[in-house]
Amino acid sequence: MTVKQTIVTGLSAAGLMLVAGLAYAAGQYGPGASESEIKIGNTMPYSGPASSYGIIGKAEAAYFDMINKQGGINGRKITFISRDDSYSPPKTVELVRQLVEQDQVLLLFSTLGTPPNMAIHAYVNENKVPHLFLATGADQWNDPKRFPWTVMWLPSYSIESHIYAHYILKNLPNAKIAVLYQNDDFGKDYLNGLRDGLGDMAAKMIVATQSYETTDPTVDSQIVALQGSGADVLLTVAIPKFAAQSIRKVYDIGWKPTHFLSSVGNGVGTTMKSAGMEKGIGVISATYLKDPTDPQWQDTPEYKEWLAFMNDHNLSASIADAQSVVGYSYAQTMVAVLKACGDNLTRENIMKQAASIHDLKLPMLLPGVTLNTSPDDFDPVKQMQLMKFDGTTWRRFGDLISGAGS
Amino acid sequence: MTKNSVIATDLLAAGRYAGVNIDAWRWIGALAVTALAAALPFTLSNYHVFELTLVMIYAIAVLGLNILTGYNGQISLGHGGFFAAGAYTAAILMHRYGVPYWATIPPAAVICFGLGVLFGLPALRFEGPYLALVTLAMAFAMPQLLKYFDTWTGGQQGINLIKPLPPPELGIDRDRWLYLVVLVVLLLAMRVAANLLHGRTGRAFVAIRDHPIAAAAMGIHTARYKTVAFGISTLFTGVAGALSAIVIGFVAPESFGLFLSLSFLVGSAIGGIATIGGAIVGGFFIEFVPNFASDISDAAPWAIYGLAMLLLMYAMPRGVVGSLGPLVAQLVRQMLPHRAEK
Repeated sequence: MTVKQTIVTGLSAAGLMLVAGLAYAAGQYGPGASESEIKIGNTMPYSGPASSYGIIGKAEAAYFDMINKQGGINGRKITFISRDDSYSPPKTVELVRQLVEQDQVLLLFSTLGTPPNMAIHAYVNENKVPHLFLATGADQWNDPKRFPWTVMWLPSYSIESHIYAHYILKNLPNAKIAVLYQNDDFGKDYLNGLRDGLGDMAAKMIVATQSYETTDPTVDSQIVALQGSGADVLLTVAIPKFAAQSIRKVYDIGWKPTHFLSSVGNGVGTTMKSAGMEKGIGVISATYLKDPTDPQWQDTPEYKEWLAFMNDHNLSASIADAQSVVGYSYAQTMVAVLKACGDNLTRENIMKQAASIHDLKLPMLLPGVTLNTSPDDFDPVKQMQLMKFDGTTWRRFGDLISGAGS
Repeated sequence: MTKNSVIATDLLAAGRYAGVNIDAWRWIGALAVTALAAALPFTLSNYHVFELTLVMIYAIAVLGLNILTGYNGQISLGHGGFFAAGAYTAAILMHRYGVPYWATIPPAAVICFGLGVLFGLPALRFEGPYLALVTLAMAFAMPQLLKYFDTWTGGQQGINLIKPLPPPELGIDRDRWLYLVVLVVLLLAMRVAANLLHGRTGRAFVAIRDHPIAAAAMGIHTARYKTVAFGISTLFTGVAGALSAIVIGFVAPESFGLFLSLSFLVGSAIGGIATIGGAIVGGFFIEFVPNFASDISDAAPWAIYGLAMLLLMYAMPRGVVGSLGPLVAQLVRQMLPHRAEK
């Protein structure tokens, strides 16, 4: 090799390294991402019948705002475009197309509600847009084979009923179970999850099921029929109005089953108060979040950090509203995934990172709850803790239980 | 429509020199506008094409309401319910029976005509605000009914539809193809509405609106015409609903809330309630003003929406086309002075 050749070779090698280095420093970007910005799209019902959920979107916006003020993610600021779909699926389709095609967002985050997400499910997967951390608990979202661009977040309904099944098998092995459920996919997810969780015992243990329609005036006759089956365990899968009716009727007819209540309808203010606080004593439900009103947490650094966030950045929301905790935790999950992406902000890498969350702990989830995803499992939160109503508030008991889902 | 009129005006002005009669120019104008509308999607992004497709769908629905409320004087706050009926007819036929999308439009029209006539019968006994209340019941009831018959409607979950593919030999994408399909239906709907309203039936509708007793005295079968007006109106709105199911690719009870019915009435009033062209302005209003409002203010988009509505109604109480239409017509007359003797 002549000197000249050596120099040429050396120079080319240096050149290559320089180019590679530049490429590395410059990063790789999908639509909506650059050296200075990451664009995130979202739809929320800020108006209309489901507008109370809008608090989640406000907490997310406030959290991203705080991150931006602290310097962003690897120096990039988050532009969070959150639009109001009023919980109307056609509007969601339109807004999501606007976000993807006009605003050119890198990804969609925390789009809220089962019907709105149904309406955009095919579109986002066809166009290969990350559709991350949906704010809905239906089981169908966790389907990486058919919908590899859609990742959920909440413990799915069947995970929760798996947890009840686990408890029943362990503590009430001779239980005769009755189920009251809402006659739609929400109710059926719970029922199927329970059957699945009980396994071989399901046919023997579940002695009666009754369903109601959301248009029914009451569930009184269903409760009476379920009592007639001789069951000693009752699972009520209902939204607050019917959950309250169920608790009240069970108490009034003097039936004393071990009563499980779906987390969907377990609000103290919404369900337990209208049922009558003393009538709900002993009802069992499940949770994965820290209740912001629970005095137990108020001296912990995690709670103080959350409180500081609420006081400095999310002033319009109430401290007592658990929806803010939900939004805060969603946003933290998003930030963790973006940090993991480093300088490779392509849509493919976003999905890769979203599908490999490993033992992520979030400050406002119950201690011990960790988020995990894998290429076959797109549901990050799978652990819940049981809790019992004591006449004024929910008291958690036992260990965290993880449900496998179905 | 204003664009249409402007172009028509130019052509009319030119017609004076070219020595071609006005009707021919009118046709040429209509063809030119149609050609422009058909060419438009090829200059726009897919998203804008999709938005304009929705505008045209809302325009067809509003046109239905204009026939009923504008020409026949019956107020309906329940047209969202008929829109839903059309949408679900299309969705169920496509999803359960594999009917091709274009073939679902005639059944949707027939079913919604039938529903409208049935609804129009009791409506005969009510007038003004009372009729508005009766139709409001339709808007309230529809989402719940859809959830109740869940074996057909998919309940809360709705029905996901496979979006229709354009004929491959055309070599255009889905958004543009659907735009053209909806455009054809819109033009057809406007033509049918014009024929109907400018003829004997339309005169009967208007006579009943203006003075029902005098109309009856002149031998107009008031009850029959009012019922027919209801049926035709809901037919248009139902067809729009079917198109929306096809274009959106998804139906769920939440898609057809009370607000949809109110939007139709707002669009109808803003565009010009007793006009045909006003429906297009109404479609634009329904589609763009809410988005525009939330771009201006995150905090109070509906206040902005309300303000836009107030300003438009204050400036143009007969709606955009209802108020500007006569002005434009007068301008045309002034530009064609020697045509006055005709």
